[in-house]
Amino acid sequence: MQAFTLTQPSNIQSAVAAASEPQTKYIAGGTDLLQLAKDDIETPRQLVDLEPLPMSGIHAGPNGLRLEALARMSDVAAHPAVVHGWPVLSQALLASASPQIRNMATVGGNLLQRTRCGYFRDTGFACNKRVPGSGCPAINGENRMHAILGVSDHCIATNPGDMAVAMMVLDAELELIGRNGTRKVAIGDFHRLPADTPHIETILRPGELITGIAIPASAAARRSGYLKVRDRASFEFAVVSAAVALDMDGGTIRSARVAAGGVGTKPWRLPEVEAALTGKPARAATLQEAAGRAGEGAKTTAMNAFKLVLLRRAVLRALQTVAA
Amino acid sequence: MAMIGQPLDRIDGRAKVTGAAKYAAEFRVPNAVHAVLVQSTIAAGSITGFDLKEASDMPGVLAIITPNNAGKLTHPENVPQAVAGPLLQNKDILFNGQHVALVVAETLEQAQSAASAVRLTYTRGEAATSMDAMLGQAYPPKHFRNGARPPDTSRGNADESFATGAVKMDATYVTPIEHHNPMEPHATIAAWDGDRVTVWTATQGISGVQSTLAGQFGIDKANVRAICPYVGAGFGSKGNTWPPATLAALAARTVRRPVKLVLSRSQMYTSNGYRPRTVQKLKIAAAADGALLSMRHDGFSSMSRPSLGEFAEPVALATEMLYACPNVAVTHRLVALNAALPTYMRAPGEASGVYALESAMDEMAVALKMDPIAFRLKNYAETDPHENKPFASKALRACYEQGARAFGWEKRSAEPRSMRDGNILIGWGFATSTYPTNRMPSAVKIRMEKDARVVLQCGTQDIGTGTYTVMTQVAADTLGIPMHHIRFELGDSNMPPGPVSGGSMTVASVSPSVQAACRALLDKIKDRAVAQPGWGGQSRDGLQLRDGQVVGIGQQISLATLLEHGPIEAEAKTQPGDEKKEFSMHAFGAQFAEVRVDPDLGEIRVSRYVGAFDGGNILNAKTARSQLIGGITYGIGMALHEETLVDQETGRIVNTNVAEYLMPVNADVPDIQTIIVPNDDKNSNPLGVKGIGELPMVGVAAAIANAVYHATGVRVRKVPIRIEDVL
Repeated sequence: MQAFTLTQPSNIQSAVAAASEPQTKYIAGGTDLLQLAKDDIETPRQLVDLEPLPMSGIHAGPNGLRLEALARMSDVAAHPAVVHGWPVLSQALLASASPQIRNMATVGGNLLQRTRCGYFRDTGFACNKRVPGSGCPAINGENRMHAILGVSDHCIATNPGDMAVAMMVLDAELELIGRNGTRKVAIGDFHRLPADTPHIETILRPGELITGIAIPASAAARRSGYLKVRDRASFEFAVVSAAVALDMDGGTIRSARVAAGGVGTKPWRLPEVEAALTGKPARAATLQEAAGRAGEGAKTTAMNAFKLVLLRRAVLRALQTVAA
Repeated sequence: MAMIGQPLDRIDGRAKVTGAAKYAAEFRVPNAVHAVLVQSTIAAGSITGFDLKEASDMPGVLAIITPNNAGKLTHPENVPQAVAGPLLQNKDILFNGQHVALVVAETLEQAQSAASAVRLTYTRGEAATSMDAMLGQAYPPKHFRNGARPPDTSRGNADESFATGAVKMDATYVTPIEHHNPMEPHATIAAWDGDRVTVWTATQGISGVQSTLAGQFGIDKANVRAICPYVGAGFGSKGNTWPPATLAALAARTVRRPVKLVLSRSQMYTSNGYRPRTVQKLKIAAAADGALLSMRHDGFSSMSRPSLGEFAEPVALATEMLYACPNVAVTHRLVALNAALPTYMRAPGEASGVYALESAMDEMAVALKMDPIAFRLKNYAETDPHENKPFASKALRACYEQGARAFGWEKRSAEPRSMRDGNILIGWGFATSTYPTNRMPSAVKIRMEKDARVVLQCGTQDIGTGTYTVMTQVAADTLGIPMHHIRFELGDSNMPPGPVSGGSMTVASVSPSVQAACRALLDKIKDRAVAQPGWGGQSRDGLQLRDGQVVGIGQQISLATLLEHGPIEAEAKTQPGDEKKEFSMHAFGAQFAEVRVDPDLGEIRVSRYVGAFDGGNILNAKTARSQLIGGITYGIGMALHEETLVDQETGRIVNTNVAEYLMPVNADVPDIQTIIVPNDDKNSNPLGVKGIGELPMVGVAAAIANAVYHATGVRVRKVPIRIEDVL
């Protein structure tokens, strides 16, 4: 770990102002950043501490949910309105990390959690994400847990989150603030594909800060669920996960939102599955056929080829559970 | 009431949960500074130079020790398994993650920061990183079992008899590299006073630390003091004295200040050994009635470059003795790689070997259409078939019976995929467990203070297993005084020596000396009594110690009065006798696992577990149960979770943390039912114990793998078993 200064701003404006210094990172729960700093993966010279800012509210109303960026994962997961109105979000959060980490980690920070790729997290390896142009040993290396969707010749690192996958089926919108004011961005546009710049992971501009997440209320949000498949029963990243939200009209699927985790270089929406469900009766054969389309464009390795099979089965199981 | 056998809380429990128990890194040594290791990022080659400009200019840096300036060390003689490096004595790079420099600074943060600013240049050599690619160049170990036996043995003719079998199996099983990952990292504080050094170090063997450091620094053993009152688990990783302990002492001598060196979690993957990867070829043949005719077990285990030392995983020892088979051949081979030196890890040999053996036995039972337990019973060894000796004791049949009854084994339907709960496949698997009973010499000092309280001392360790507690129980029963009047002290090499806490032998080795020391003390108390005026003519042997009184014929005197003359001291040494010549000494067990497998998603979870064990006499039912459930949990990790991943291109480990190196969490561990089958093995040692540290994990991986086969019909011949193996 390198030495850094800690700045504790009294309001959002001064936080953003402090972050205009080079080599600055915001810190909230610190559950990922501190690990990265200890391993010299992140080497900030200044940390801007967001913890004192009053930005942890959870506001639920008939039209939607607004999470302030410092809301704790555990508080959001347990919030009765979230459990009832956006079950996929609560379930995804409860499937994340451990209770101790969820008590510290914030929803804003969780969207910026970095990949668990072992090559990225060790300065003893080359890594295009860490040192652009140095190479990607994961492509021919230990890549069982790596992505099969959205990969490039430069990076196959998996986006590790659960919550963002749930938000993909809830049409969440992120509220950002930067030196030039505020803006809003859809969750699906927030993370970037690695392409030939895997070190740039989101559309955040330097010094820009997530202040909140707005999630509309809907029939689909109320009928939603999250399935996580993993190597151990708790405290483990997804091998594959599936988020599903269905708007049903009796036995017919009016519209569907389906996304997957553990398989993409970013939280991955599955429009091919959604299209095969829209307007169809929620019968076993329909769900089976739709789930079988998941993973269009997948590019696998010998070690992670099973993820495509598993993805389709996980999507099917999630569809069956939510449609039932 | 006798204390031995009671389910007593551990004496050190409160100190541990309140933080009062002091571990190696927590000692406050005045004026201490901090050392941080720098490790290589290539697997083979040599160091051509260091660029230390940036690092040495950083604040607080006191020294940067490299092979260019490191003090010279000698290799200790007569220390079994002494680790030869890396000790900064030359510039060869033999594995990725090797120690190449040590930065010493005033604070930990300064040392860490400077360590990451140390730059090296190398010439790269050719690295051997793939065990499978190197199998053809396997070689026999030179010091197998420290020379106590040859690596290859046989009886009858395994190859010829294999051909005559009615039912046969021939398969290869693979176990991965596993790391111990004790909660407490390796840590040493070293402080010199002239040519005397004191080390506070996390170790399973303070005696080994003493002799290793003495040898390396060329000083008398008496000039090394090793202190270790608590160990935050070791599982074998703290059995040897690894280079970081030596380097801490080297650094302290260099900067002339006490030095603290604590490994990071990541550094723990290349600094203190690991369970080597094994490839095991099993060939078994049986007659149509299930009688074994032939067994062949060829074991290969991965190794470092030979110049670092030698460790061979003794995978096939149980195959020699577990079943009454007339024709058996076993071999052990090493495959040298550019990797760190492997070492003992909980149940070394048996954990990997019995996994393969008991998987193979399950395959045979399936092929024979026999119940797996009936097949074992058909080949039950009443005496050790390899050494042709009686077992010191063996209650394995009772383990089978009691375990099967508790598990409900008779309700199992033999056909794979035949048991379900809704959509979920249920599998029931079984395996035998065994582990040798070991014992080493030990010595204990005892002193009864004037207040009649007793202190015992032995330079043994409590690696979390309950040594403090059970030794106090033994002393209480032998002396006939309450436990709270007794203090058992350990973990200081100034005390009389005890053996390394490994091989499940601490209780078997130390408790006889505790008992003997207590008896010697009683004799001295009685001697003092009969020397009292008016006690002439009383025989010492006729006296009894009762409620603080020494009682003779028609006379009694209080201990308090006797102790007015001063405290009473005694010492005792005990060692194994000829029992190993006469008997084959082993603990046994039966492992029963139920798994639930989602047939679509491939998730495998252990849902029920029963283990029944013959561990000889059990001194504390509560700490014993802790050992048993801990060992079974370790086995669940071996079966389904643990695997160190090595990048084949660079030989560098990819998952050097406990997020990506999976171990079971609470949600993976069902309520474990443990059964202690009563036994008392006085043929093996005076307390009749067998040792239960390693036994409970032996066979667990096989029981679970066999259950996965029963659930899914898929025979997976490697661990950990993953989702994709059963999809």
